[in-house]
Amino acid sequence: MNFDFSDDQKFLRDEARKFLEAQCTMAQVREVLDDDSKSHNDGVWKKIVDMGWLGAAIPEEYGGLGLGMLELCVIAEELGRTLAPVPFGSSAYFFAEALKLAGSEEQKQALLPKVADGSVIGCIAVSEGPGETAAGNIATRLKDGGITGKKIPVTDGDIATHAIVLVKDGSSASLVIVDLNQSGVTRKSIKTLEPTRSHAVISFDGASADLLGEAGNGMPLLDQINDRAAVLLAFEQLGGASRCLEMANAYAKERQAFGRAIGGNQAIKHKLADMYVKNEVARSNAYYGAWALSSDAAELPEAAAAARVAASEAFWYASKENIQTHGGMGFTWEVDCHLFYRRAKLLAVQAGSPAVWKEKLVSALEAKND
Amino acid sequence: MDFNDTPEEAEFRAEAQAFLSQHLKPKTPGALRSGGREDFLARAKAWQKIKAEGGFAQITWPKEMGGRGGTVMQQVIWGQEEAKFDAPTGPFAIGLGMCVPTVIAFGSDEHKKKYVRKALMGEDVWCQLFSEPAAGSDVAGLKTKAVKDGDEWVINGQKVWTSGAHYSDYGILLVRTDPNVPKHKGLTMFIVDMKQPGVDVRPIHQASGGSEFNEVYFTDVRIPDADRLGEPGMGWKVALVTLMNERLAVGGSPGPDWKEIMDYARSAGTLSNQAFRDKLADWYVAAQGYKLTKFRTQTALSRGETPGPENAIGKIINANHLQDICNSAIEMQDHFGIIVDKDEAPSDAIFQESFMWAPGLRIAGGTDEILKNIIAERVLGLPQDVRVDKDKTFAEMN
Repeated sequence: MNFDFSDDQKFLRDEARKFLEAQCTMAQVREVLDDDSKSHNDGVWKKIVDMGWLGAAIPEEYGGLGLGMLELCVIAEELGRTLAPVPFGSSAYFFAEALKLAGSEEQKQALLPKVADGSVIGCIAVSEGPGETAAGNIATRLKDGGITGKKIPVTDGDIATHAIVLVKDGSSASLVIVDLNQSGVTRKSIKTLEPTRSHAVISFDGASADLLGEAGNGMPLLDQINDRAAVLLAFEQLGGASRCLEMANAYAKERQAFGRAIGGNQAIKHKLADMYVKNEVARSNAYYGAWALSSDAAELPEAAAAARVAASEAFWYASKENIQTHGGMGFTWEVDCHLFYRRAKLLAVQAGSPAVWKEKLVSALEAKND
Repeated sequence: MDFNDTPEEAEFRAEAQAFLSQHLKPKTPGALRSGGREDFLARAKAWQKIKAEGGFAQITWPKEMGGRGGTVMQQVIWGQEEAKFDAPTGPFAIGLGMCVPTVIAFGSDEHKKKYVRKALMGEDVWCQLFSEPAAGSDVAGLKTKAVKDGDEWVINGQKVWTSGAHYSDYGILLVRTDPNVPKHKGLTMFIVDMKQPGVDVRPIHQASGGSEFNEVYFTDVRIPDADRLGEPGMGWKVALVTLMNERLAVGGSPGPDWKEIMDYARSAGTLSNQAFRDKLADWYVAAQGYKLTKFRTQTALSRGETPGPENAIGKIINANHLQDICNSAIEMQDHFGIIVDKDEAPSDAIFQESFMWAPGLRIAGGTDEILKNIIAERVLGLPQDVRVDKDKTFAEMN
């Protein structure tokens, strides 16, 4: 039984934590929060690019570090802890993984080295309106190698240089790669619940697009991409949830009411114990997802879904009860609690809400236990 | 990251499997707690003897005590494999897991000679007499008293929730020997012969209908001073050693889990119900959370590390999970769900049976609330609860 990260991976985690605690402070997160003109913290982003983390799971032949998925999971958790206000997930979890999964040799050669060195920032554009995206409810269409339509919201869509876009292709759907710096593309920022991660509305008007994978295979491919990204997002969520528990715990020990620390009251102690239990359940499920992801296991669909469901629940609970534990202080702009509450919601609905993942999970269990 | 045994662990597992399949039948799928059967105790004693003779009883005990001198990881592996067979182990879990290790730690050479081997060979069964009607979570507040009379102590009082007292030969008994000091400091531990006059064992009629636990009344029971474990007044420290020896939970789920309720829903045609599917996902995540957290604990054990109080999360998850699944299964059966008659109730009434067992599981061995306190205080480092009796003597408070 070796259900844990290796010593090397733990070393990477410790180094990443030290680096981010110094280079990606809450003050730096707030520079993006308090300035509508800022889509991300460019100083932090450049330093992360220099660390080579974007290429952690990109093979060396494509300009990456060639470490592996477990290493990327470790980095994701640390980015989640610090609420890194950068387009890392869009580029590394979605764009790069999609290319690794379905890109042609030419596409991989052209784009992966640039993702790794930060000169390409990728994102994924799926949603067009409220509710779960399905082949039947997308209007953006592919015709004669060009796409037309509107995607809203696209996480990191205003910083990205490239997007993978889900489009209607005849009676089914396809995924295409689009260079966002071309005349057929207009972008505009849109306000969201999570200002430290920017979002855009992207309109395409005959923009030239390059097919990713087989034509008409868009939905199954998107499922595969999301399964991979789900595990990485779960680690970010876990990092955020862990920080919420640490913040609530520290405050409960320090804040005095009725003559003693509020953390001496069972109502607070049990709330924090509940947080701990949910976080541990999320951690165990995330590790299983990491194992499935790194070993190309057949169990990946249910492992990814369970990781995602557990992590979304843990971060939701920890972020809302962290505010509650802080009382009135927790509801001020200056105290960081609301930043985690905001990030928790973004990460819970990006790439499918918990309800979507629960259904994926049950479908996978159903297929397996028929 | 993998789920494989080390070569040494794999070798031990194969050895354990070979031994088990030589002596036992594999467990019937879906079979639950197998207590209650009339020949249960005789079968348990026979199996304990076979295990001891084969070198698989008390794997972590030193060889001179009749153990295997093995590792905690081997104990875990043995537990996993034994759980796959129809092994009657219940009556010895508390005695060999908690009571006899206390005798080994605090008893005299005479005690060790007299008790250890017989317990190991399945000849004697032991029980643990700590809880009282007015001392459950706060067990140090117990009232059963012992008064010194020459070379003997005279015991009067009542214990409760004693598993297996009705078939036990001996027990370890925690009593108050000095009421004029704070509660933790006036306790003393004894070995007690359960078959002697003045010991009255009465089964508790549980809310579930069964009777697995007992009340034990002590009326002028005399215990020789030689059967004291530890110094007078040191009983709480002795008890902590007993509780520390509580076996690592290695068993699987205590009743129906996500798979059983999913199978039932499929047979009943309700698997497509959206509200049900939503819950099923949560149950799977919780069950995996429990199972995989144990894998993390085993990884730590396999590396020779000692797991800490974070283990408390297992029972919190498990007990509530079981109660929730059973409740939903019954409601899914609508009015019919009220039936416990096994000939009529779906799935041999496993959901109904565990529905009535689950409330006990949330209390036994540490209530949800006490376990959350343990996590809050020992893992998260939050302040202890207010203890108004902390600096007062037991007599002042009672």
